[in-house]
Amino acid sequence: MPVTVSVPTLRRYGKPLVFVALLLPALWLAYNWWLAFQYQPNALGFNPQEASNRFTGDWTLRMLLITLAITPLSKLLKSPKPILFRRMIGLYAFFYGCLHIISYVWLDKYFAWGELWADILKRIYITVGMTAFLLLIPLAVTSTKGWVRRLKAKRWQKLHKLVYATGVLAIFHFVMMRKGFQLEPLIYGAILAGLFAARLPAAIKRRRRQAAA
Amino acid sequence: MLIKSRESWEEGEASVTPEKIYLNRRRFMKSGLMGGLAAGLAMSLPAFASDDRVLKPLNFRHTDFDPGETMTPYNAVTGYNNYYEFGTHKDDPAKNAWQLRPAPWSVKVDGMVEKKGTFGVEDLVDYAALEERIYRHRCVEAWSMVIPWVGVPLASILKKLGPESGAKYVAFETLADRKQMPGIRWPVLDWPYREGLRMDEAMNDLAFVAVGLYGKELPNQNGAPLRLVVPWKYGFKSIKSIVRIHFTDTKPKTSWNMSAPNEYGFYSNVNPEVDHPRWSQKRERRIGEFGRRKTLMFNGYGDKVASLYTGMDLRANF
Ligand code: HEM
Repeated sequence: MPVTVSVPTLRRYGKPLVFVALLLPALWLAYNWWLAFQYQPNALGFNPQEASNRFTGDWTLRMLLITLAITPLSKLLKSPKPILFRRMIGLYAFFYGCLHIISYVWLDKYFAWGELWADILKRIYITVGMTAFLLLIPLAVTSTKGWVRRLKAKRWQKLHKLVYATGVLAIFHFVMMRKGFQLEPLIYGAILAGLFAARLPAAIKRRRRQAAA
Repeated sequence: MLIKSRESWEEGEASVTPEKIYLNRRRFMKSGLMGGLAAGLAMSLPAFASDDRVLKPLNFRHTDFDPGETMTPYNAVTGYNNYYEFGTHKDDPAKNAWQLRPAPWSVKVDGMVEKKGTFGVEDLVDYAALEERIYRHRCVEAWSMVIPWVGVPLASILKKLGPESGAKYVAFETLADRKQMPGIRWPVLDWPYREGLRMDEAMNDLAFVAVGLYGKELPNQNGAPLRLVVPWKYGFKSIKSIVRIHFTDTKPKTSWNMSAPNEYGFYSNVNPEVDHPRWSQKRERRIGEFGRRKTLMFNGYGDKVASLYTGMDLRANF
């Protein structure tokens, strides 16, 4: 399936479009919190803090999965064009991760630092979530053109493999956070596994080539 | 044969007057800013299932069981539930519980008890003796509500059934019917949902069986037609839609304990000093309030129940 849209068109219209589309969940959340603070009916339900923790957690994970889907997608389309969007979506994962933490630290725990620190140390699922998020920070920082140049493509690529670890940790975080044996985290886990599997043939080929060389 | 007294509630004599509801609303509205936040929230979601079944008003008397705290609005009590048989999201029960058929209903009574057999709700619950008790409700997930239940003391039911002297525990089961409960299709827990109490806990004056809420019959999502309410324990102990009462001399298996024994003990008394492994139990969010408030030992019911546990290490017996 050839991608007929040209690169300049994608740059000019595609990028802003995707930018706005991926911002919509955050705008929705902000709007509903604004309503809540005005004591207006809103869509956050009876426990808005829980709702927004979960909403932002879900969107962080979704952005991560979309980011991880870009390379397999461009293979599938036999076109590098989807790569144009990869950095932006990856940064969105980081952005929603920040909102997730803000939601937890501010709206839920209201800056109860002692309690928060205890959470990070004592609650394994929070520790895991925190690790997942910390690993995203160097990726966000080095996402600029300057850093790609400074690090050279090889090392930059190696560093950005951390995103796989974040993906795995995020799924663990999700599974551990839910009570009982629940289906939803497993569906996300299956999607992540599928995305890993999609990379497998290329990875094996690379290994073989390296071994042969 | 136990005596039925259906007529009393079928008459619908107005012991729940509109004034009462009005007063409740006032009490709730007056509670300042955060009450206002709650009001916004209360309007934000309809309680679906309660619209699907006409809930008859009940005849009951008032009691002193009232913490004097702002009651959680009806819409929140019926729209924000953990009832995994109807789905794991908080709004799932309100959406899906219309599929439950609370009448006719039968409860199997077996084990170490005199009156074994199958009973209707009216056989167990004396509708002429219904009382209202306003209890705090503290979920293990660190949120809480204040709920006006209507029902009878659990002891009144157990005494009717006549436990044998060797019976040390009473165990309960929730209905597990795939046709009525969409959540059963996935094994979140090992269905049916199971709970249990030590006999002295069950006989404690606080232990209550609710058949109503806010003056009317229980909505399905709150555990119609009858459910346990043990307010000094985490909410999951207050088992819903009971279909079996079993008397035994061995500690019964309970669902959450089976699922994660390190997280949920048999006792599960509300205890701010013993954290859940995944979150702190020191504070809780009262639904409708923005911040968190301190969690009270035994959910504030220590004067009535602390003596049940004298000499017990509550850290080990969590
Ligand atoms: C890349 C990093 C992270 C990802 C992808 C992520 C993702 C998620 C997901 C998918 C959920 C479940 C939402 C649901 O039930 O629908 C969740 C819940 C949660 N996460 Fe994270 N998370 C991350 C980092 C963190 C961090 C750093 C913290 C804390 C500092 C945290 C705290 C929580 C909490 C407290 C919940 C439970 C929400 C509630 O029930 O109130 N997460 N997260």
